[in-house]
Amino acid sequence: MSISKETVDYVANLARIQLNEQELERLSRQLQGILDFIDKLREIDISDIAPTSHILEIKNILRDDTPGESLPAEKALANAPSKNGRFFTVPKVIE
Amino acid sequence: MNYEVVIGLEVHVQLKTKTKSFCGCSTEFGSEPNSQVCPVCLGFPGSLPVLNRSFLDYAVKVALALNCKVQEYTKFDRKNYFYPDLPKDYQISQYDLPLSREGFLDIEIDGRHKRIGITRVHMEEDAGKLIHQQGVSLVDYNRTGMPLLEIVSEPEISSPLEAYEYLNNLKSIIKYLDVSDCDMEKGSLRCDANVSIRKIGEKALGTKAELKNMNSFKAVKDALSYEIERQAQVLDSGGKVVQETLLWDEKQMKTFSMRSKEGAKDYRYFPEPDLPPFIISADRIGEIKKNIPELPQEKKMRFMKEYGLSEVYAQILTCDKEDAGYAEECFKAFADKDKKPVANWLIGALSAIASSHNRGISEEKLSPENLIDLIVLVEKKQIISNLVGKSVLEEMVNTGKSAEAIIGEKNLAQISDSSFLENLADEVIKENARSVQDYKSGKANAIMFLVGQLMKKSKGKANPKLAQEILKRRLENV
Repeated sequence: MSISKETVDYVANLARIQLNEQELERLSRQLQGILDFIDKLREIDISDIAPTSHILEIKNILRDDTPGESLPAEKALANAPSKNGRFFTVPKVIE
Repeated sequence: MNYEVVIGLEVHVQLKTKTKSFCGCSTEFGSEPNSQVCPVCLGFPGSLPVLNRSFLDYAVKVALALNCKVQEYTKFDRKNYFYPDLPKDYQISQYDLPLSREGFLDIEIDGRHKRIGITRVHMEEDAGKLIHQQGVSLVDYNRTGMPLLEIVSEPEISSPLEAYEYLNNLKSIIKYLDVSDCDMEKGSLRCDANVSIRKIGEKALGTKAELKNMNSFKAVKDALSYEIERQAQVLDSGGKVVQETLLWDEKQMKTFSMRSKEGAKDYRYFPEPDLPPFIISADRIGEIKKNIPELPQEKKMRFMKEYGLSEVYAQILTCDKEDAGYAEECFKAFADKDKKPVANWLIGALSAIASSHNRGISEEKLSPENLIDLIVLVEKKQIISNLVGKSVLEEMVNTGKSAEAIIGEKNLAQISDSSFLENLADEVIKENARSVQDYKSGKANAIMFLVGQLMKKSKGKANPKLAQEILKRRLENV
């Protein structure tokens, strides 16, 4: 699988990262290397193996519907880069 | 030009578990901002989600009630997007192995029945709430991680009215199961709609628009009607419908294109590694099935069969589970086989009083026995007229007194004493020579005026039927 600069730019945009021309160049090359390495896995015959979404043999881990402790607001908000009273605040997201 | 309408609905229902989907935070509505949050629902590093057992059970219950096939093996996936209401930057949802698929829901419009397919019912977590102010958005994460069901219909709904009925029936079923309030105003039920139109006979689907921001079932109906008309005008004038997300503006009764800073949707789903898969055994499904009560559709059919109600009446009385239970107690307390008079009182006078109080009929303080006593006094013993009966009913609801007590206190009983009524009739005949002449010369309607005069003299208490009979008899001798 080959990866174009456009693809890297698109993924960077999804991740909200801004990349300049040199970074795009460098990351495209590096990502290509990673993907080439992963392509080695294709050499393995997996026609008899069901897709795995979890590697551990555990299932049905559930908890009872009993309320526990929540964080006090000052703790929840302690590391917020910006806040207003009991609210987290962010730059306005709609016009 | 005539077009065929294709609508699909995506409904989100918030389940009323005590705690959130994956942590022990309370789900109570209306608490202080950010008072029901913890490391798990805030997405703090190192925290791990654990699925709430009730969430899974309620979800299976709803899926079964909507005739879905519950999948034996189900898992969660991450849906990735950046938005401030989503602290983890992904929503735990379900993608390729949802809880259930291939269900259906029946609707009925003007006696015509239609089955609407349900593509899937899956579990996911809710996002937080944003409050937009000047230059800044405030974020409250209390709602983050609340358990949601996403219920997706097939694009088989062909009109705004069908969409409206689909929503009504869906709400009714889920409320019967007692797993959600389904209150659109509180946001515990939300609905988005996909709508497109195509020329009649055409196979390919037209370009669809996605409608959002409808705050009531009526708003869904209105928004769809508006959007269908808008698309038809675009096509009629040779234009093309653009695929976009539109917001409904209730005040202006118009849709507006959503201006959003979001780019094209690319959610890059992948399996949620923090949650193991879930295997739902046939035994467990059987147990949950046993706890599903008689649902509105079955109850409607049974009311029609057992109590001889019309489909329309049965539908009205079974829409709400508590009201249906109340109605059934009333039917049982009424000795006659024909329950129509009872249905009339429930749907007419009592519903009017209850809805003026913003309540259901079962929420009024009126025992079924007391209501039936009143109905017997009016309909069978004819102690009071229908009209007086209605005001007695109102007083019963307000005071909790019995019908007989109120009739006694206020001396409302109808006068059926023939000799007394005969005297009144003679007076009326004497005083209204003109109407008497009219009647005699063949104007049958004149009798109603004379009955009215007699009722007036009796202060509304004369038995109107008897009064008319006596008047007619006396008039023969004039």
